[in-house]
Formats: sequence, C-alpha cells, structure tokens
Amino acid sequence: MTEGALTADPIFLLAVLGMALVTYALRAGGYWVMGRLPITPRVRRGLEALPGAIIVSTILPIVLKGGLAVALCLVVAAVAQVTLRKEYVAVFCAAGAAAALRAAGL
Amino acid sequence: MLNKNVTLSLQGCVRGATICIPVSPGIIALGLVFGTVAAQKGLTFLETILLNSLVFAGASQFVAMEVYNDPLTYGLVVAMIGVTAAVNMRMLLIGASLRPWLGQVPAWQTYPSLFLLTDLNWLLALSEYNKGTRDWGIYLGSGLFTWAVWSLAVIPGYFAGSLVSDPKVYGLDVVLPAFFAALLVPLWKGKRQTVSWLFAGGIAALTWYLVGGYWSIFTGAIAGAFAGAYLDD
Repeated sequence: MTEGALTADPIFLLAVLGMALVTYALRAGGYWVMGRLPITPRVRRGLEALPGAIIVSTILPIVLKGGLAVALCLVVAAVAQVTLRKEYVAVFCAAGAAAALRAAGL
Repeated sequence: MLNKNVTLSLQGCVRGATICIPVSPGIIALGLVFGTVAAQKGLTFLETILLNSLVFAGASQFVAMEVYNDPLTYGLVVAMIGVTAAVNMRMLLIGASLRPWLGQVPAWQTYPSLFLLTDLNWLLALSEYNKGTRDWGIYLGSGLFTWAVWSLAVIPGYFAGSLVSDPKVYGLDVVLPAFFAALLVPLWKGKRQTVSWLFAGGIAALTWYLVGGYWSIFTGAIAGAFAGAYLDD
C-alpha cells in the first residue's frame, strides 16, 4: 500500500462523479424515454452496433502500439474465449502467453 | 397478462441474489482484474473504490482506465466521461426494455433501483418476467448482490496489482486488451458485425495514425455504429 492510499485527487473525483452521473443518466434515461420517443429500427441497430465498435476501436491502437507480441496474445484471448466461453479464463491465457513471449525475448 | 400486480418482497430479493451465485466467480474475477489495472495505473486505494462502486459498469471502467493518465488534465476528464457514456450507451436500450416490467412500480422506488442496472440483472429480470414472475425483488436482489460482490472483489485485486513492479513480466499489460478481445467474441453474430467492426477498426487506426491519443475510440465507435445502423438485412 502506498502512502496516501486513502487520499484522492480532486480532479480524479470530478472524473468519477462525471462518469457515475452519465452512467446513471443512461441507466435511467432509456427507461424514462420509453414511450416518449420512437426508437426506429435504424436507431436501435446503431445502438446495438455501438459496444462492438467501441471495443474494436479501443483494442486496435493498443495492438498498433504493442506490436506482434500483443497481437498474438489477443488472438490467444479470442481463441480461448471461442472455445472456453469464460472471459476471465481468456484473460488468464493471454497474460500467460504474454509472460511466455516476454521470457522468450519477443 | 398479469402485469397489474407487480410486487416486492424480501423473499424475491433473496431469490434474485441466489440466482446470481453461479455467475459470481465471473464477477469476482473481473473485479480482481479491475483492481489490478487500477493499481498498475497508479490510482490510490480510495480512488479505486470510489470509481468502482459509484460507476459500477465494468467495461466502461476498463475503457476509462485506458484513457486515464497521470497527471490527470481536464481534457482527460472529459474524455473519460465521454468514453464511459459511449460504452454504456447500450443501457438506454436495456433500461427501455424494462419499462413494461417496472413501469407499475412507484417512481421513487424504480429510479433509485435503476442505479443497479447491469446486463446481468437485466437479462435475469427479463427471463423471470417471461416465466411469469411479478416480484421485482428478483431485479433488486440480483442488482444489490452483484453490486456488493463487485465492490468487494476489487480490493484484493488492487493489492495484488500494487505488489507487481514490472507488469510486463507477468503479462499484466495485456490484461485489458485481452479482456476486450474476449468480450468481442460473443458480440459477433454475422455480416452486420463484420462490416461495422471493419469500419470501426479502419477509422480508429486512421485516427490513431493521424491524431494519436484516445480520439480513435470516439471516431471508430461512431463510424462502427453508423455502419451498423445503415446496413440493412
């Protein structure tokens, strides 16, 4: 444990507050808006496509920065997920693969 | 339908929590991983606890930690809130679909309880509703249970993570992207996702080369959502 374990940066608290509020607004907002605004099939499809698009856009720069070793680990994670269907097992496999690749000097 | 008599009982809450027990190892593992990531990023213990328990939305917390940087600027704060909103956008749909279920419960009870809304208790509540359950304790109990487990699991993860000085040796630096890669797998259903993800990836990579930083998350996500929205079956 580091020295100011029970302290918090005020700017960080602002970020937490903002994240918590925006998340609650989304949790309650859809419920509230239901019946007041029409959700067209196109809007629904766009909202449905959003999570995957976010994930792809998050991973790709990490791979571009991390190079072949990171790319290989993500393939390991994806394959583990396809076969074992457990996110945390997939994460564990990928971390193991990364440790092995680093030990091998890649 | 019998939806005139939605009730709430302690028994229902307990049942909601009990149904969640089999999936709790998954929640615990992800909470541990988040604690580790937070410690690696240099958050204090208090900061980690507050973020984890108040936001209570796993995937968005991970993405926000990817954006986070020390020292934290106001620009980064806006970006963290922005990516959180983007990742949690799906909650609009989830919440909307609960309207028929919770619509008859007094607003002063439903609105606070919506803080506990996750994919897990949403799925659970909806399947129970379809089976004829009208005790919304199922939703409340499973939400409270998940929140408690999630809030506690981060603690051992944080201390484990702060003990490791070089994360690369143990492969901890790939934990975050690997988790995302794993989350992506069940989202793939067919051509719509392929096209949407290609758009997202292409625009994200382009943005990353041209601008750098975290902007690629926004541009890629928006491009992918539009591609998904405008691709007709």
